Amino acid sequence: MRYFLSVILAFCSSLCAAQVWEDQRIFGAAEATQQLRILSSTDTSFLVPVIDAFLEDRPNLKIEYLVHGTSTIDLLYRQNPGDFDLVISSAMDLQLKLVNDGFGKQVDDIDLPKSAKWRDTLFAFTKEPAAIVLNRAAFPNGDLPKTRQDLITALRNQPDVFKDKIATYDVRTSGLGYLFATQDARSSETFWRLMEVMGGLGTRLYCCSGQMIDGLVLGDIAVAYNVLGSYAEARAKTEPALAVILPSDFPTTMMRTIFASDAAQTNLEAEAFIRFLIEQQRDDGRNITGLPSVMSFGTQQSIPLNPALLSYLDALKRRTFIEAWENALVQ
Amino acid sequence: MAERPQISGSLFKRLTAILIFGSMLLSIVLFFVVREFAARIAQAGQDSILEASVSSIIDAAVIRDGRVEVDFPYASFSMLDTDQNDRVFYAIRQDGQLLSGYKVIPQTDRLRTDSAFFETRILAQSKFRIASAQRVLIGSQRSTTVSVYVAQTQDSLSQTLKQISLNVGALCLVFFTFTAILSYIAALATVRPLSRLASSVQRRSGEDLRPFKQPVPSEMVPLVSSLNSLMNRLDQTLTRSEDFIAEAAHRVRTPLATVRSYAETTLQRVTKSENRNALKAMMRAVDESSRAAGQLLDHAMITFRADHLDKQQVDLSGIVEDLATSLAPIAEMKDLKIVLRTDGPVHVEGDPILLQNAFRNVLDNALKYAPFETEVTIQVTDSPRPTVTISDLGAGFPNDEIQALTKRFRRGKNAKNSIGSGLGLTIAQDVALAHGGSVALTNGKSGGACVTFYL
Ligand SMILES: Nc1ncnc2c1ncn2[C@@H]1O[C@H](COP(=O)(O)OP(=O)(O)OP(=O)(O)O)[C@@H](O)[C@H]1O
Ligand SMILES: [Mg+2]
Repeated sequence: MRYFLSVILAFCSSLCAAQVWEDQRIFGAAEATQQLRILSSTDTSFLVPVIDAFLEDRPNLKIEYLVHGTSTIDLLYRQNPGDFDLVISSAMDLQLKLVNDGFGKQVDDIDLPKSAKWRDTLFAFTKEPAAIVLNRAAFPNGDLPKTRQDLITALRNQPDVFKDKIATYDVRTSGLGYLFATQDARSSETFWRLMEVMGGLGTRLYCCSGQMIDGLVLGDIAVAYNVLGSYAEARAKTEPALAVILPSDFPTTMMRTIFASDAAQTNLEAEAFIRFLIEQQRDDGRNITGLPSVMSFGTQQSIPLNPALLSYLDALKRRTFIEAWENALVQ
Repeated sequence: MAERPQISGSLFKRLTAILIFGSMLLSIVLFFVVREFAARIAQAGQDSILEASVSSIIDAAVIRDGRVEVDFPYASFSMLDTDQNDRVFYAIRQDGQLLSGYKVIPQTDRLRTDSAFFETRILAQSKFRIASAQRVLIGSQRSTTVSVYVAQTQDSLSQTLKQISLNVGALCLVFFTFTAILSYIAALATVRPLSRLASSVQRRSGEDLRPFKQPVPSEMVPLVSSLNSLMNRLDQTLTRSEDFIAEAAHRVRTPLATVRSYAETTLQRVTKSENRNALKAMMRAVDESSRAAGQLLDHAMITFRADHLDKQQVDLSGIVEDLATSLAPIAEMKDLKIVLRTDGPVHVEGDPILLQNAFRNVLDNALKYAPFETEVTIQVTDSPRPTVTISDLGAGFPNDEIQALTKRFRRGKNAKNSIGSGLGLTIAQDVALAHGGSVALTNGKSGGACVTFYL
């Protein structure tokens, strides 16, 4: 693990000057003098309407939107907190730790329920469950699994169908994957049995939900576990082969969060952006990003924003967890 | 008139001020004591949660394959969730070497194994409460010491304290208001017997010198008993003075009367005209002295009685009738006729002895200064106010002196040949004034002196 982190660090420090982004886009007039840099793990497409609407009456502002995986975002940001004005990430634990460590800037009077903000600094703007996404072709009789237990049974019954066609996050590289996995493990022992079954069938590991969904669409993958439900749902609208299942035994739901960097200079515009985003994201019916707002899914609790999120980020606990996970999955 | 005593502050104000100041002081002390107490309890609450967190982490420490593992429970940190989302730092060390967590938490050499050690420190510009403890793990090769530090900011605690301060402040304010009102009532209750005594002294009539018998608070007993003894002495002095005046008049008049009767008897026997003249002058001087002594004593008696007026219901017409009857012989000697005009009894509140004395002096003047065979009129009327008018048909008061005749020892120039002391009108005026009335001297249009008493 140590080795792995240092590899990332080395990789990053050597490439930081010319950082390679998953996506990098600049919005607004090129001659604008003010600039907001948003470091985000959220696919650009979801944020485009927000940024466009925000820039409408701010002709002098441009926004640079930089996309990377949650773990990398954490590393990059910690190295140069002054370089980025806003940080958006789905890895609640990493975000909470950044704020806990004092990187965030307090923004008062944001109209959100107490459970959706932390220290008036970290603000949740979506509520997204982890889903099991299936390619219907692998279930010809239409008997789709509803729970993790159903999935275990299905995998055990037809190992030859699913062999090498199962996907999940590589928790070693994906912050969100790690969050989902640790929360699953905390909730039920079923998680470890599922991991063992998946390990036995040669599971493929991915960095991001998008790639898993691509694999499902192409038919390379039959089952993807702990995919972001919201992304899958968006793709399922055009891809009838996809079936998005929110496991009914216990749901794991995360909140996408944003905070303004305290070290950055453009604080006022960053604050304004947070206010704008939260305002536009409130209404259940027509939230601007198309991602479900923090009010959605009724009373279903998301992973709570509290210091307990620091637990699995602890180096010792992470080491123990990854070892167990590797033992189960990477055989 | 009674002199107004000098005032040095007010008992009531002083008492109220002391009590209110005391309750204010008490309220302030109460505020700080209760707040301090609440603060300690709140701090103890945070400490016990931090200690629970530390011990749950340290309990999870094990040596596995020669390596320390600390797979602490999720609850270790979730129990640190607070209302104000306090920040949490922690550190896990093995033999002082940081295994995981925040290296900003400084090590302490006061670690214990049985219970947590607490301290408050500034870490990363914020105030943190730190709990720490250690545990010795016995491995197969060697033993090792694992120490755990858990630190938490105090935002929630200070929020709680702010709330407590507000509540305690409100409580103390209520307490203060309540005690202030009580102080006011207490001060009022304390001075009430004093003012009750004062008003009962005031309500008494002048000659009422009986001791006070109503119960008073024990603190006032010395005051009331010395007041009583003072009044007792005053009563005795008054009685003695009255006796003394009567005695003095008697003592002066008796020898003078004796002298006069000797002189008279001697005059019968003396024939030589110069001796007779000397004797006559001597008799006149004796008369003069006797008159003066009588008037002086009357005046003294009036001055004395005026201060302790013995008021009672009197009939002015009755007094005047009695007076006319008693002076009738003197009037007859000058062939004077006393005419009484009264419309029935006229009642006033007054001292009959004083009033009679005053009227006698004025009637006496009329008889003395009016010519032979004239009329002296006494008129008593009730409305518009009780009035007694005594007028004669003589030459009247000397016009240029009329204002001054009521002064002491002042006699008119028409009085050269008559015996008198000049105190008669003074007595009349003093009596009228003592009764809250007045005396007016006028001359009639067709001559004649007229003295009017308005009572
Ligand atoms: N009826 C009167 N007619 C004229 N003069 C009067 C009359 N009554 C008083 N007087 C004048 O007023 C003066 C003051 O009177 P007052 O009675 O005070 O003294 P008195 O009569 O002289 O002495 P006494 O004290 O003996 O009465 C008298 O001396 C007299 O001059
Ligand atoms: Mg006279």
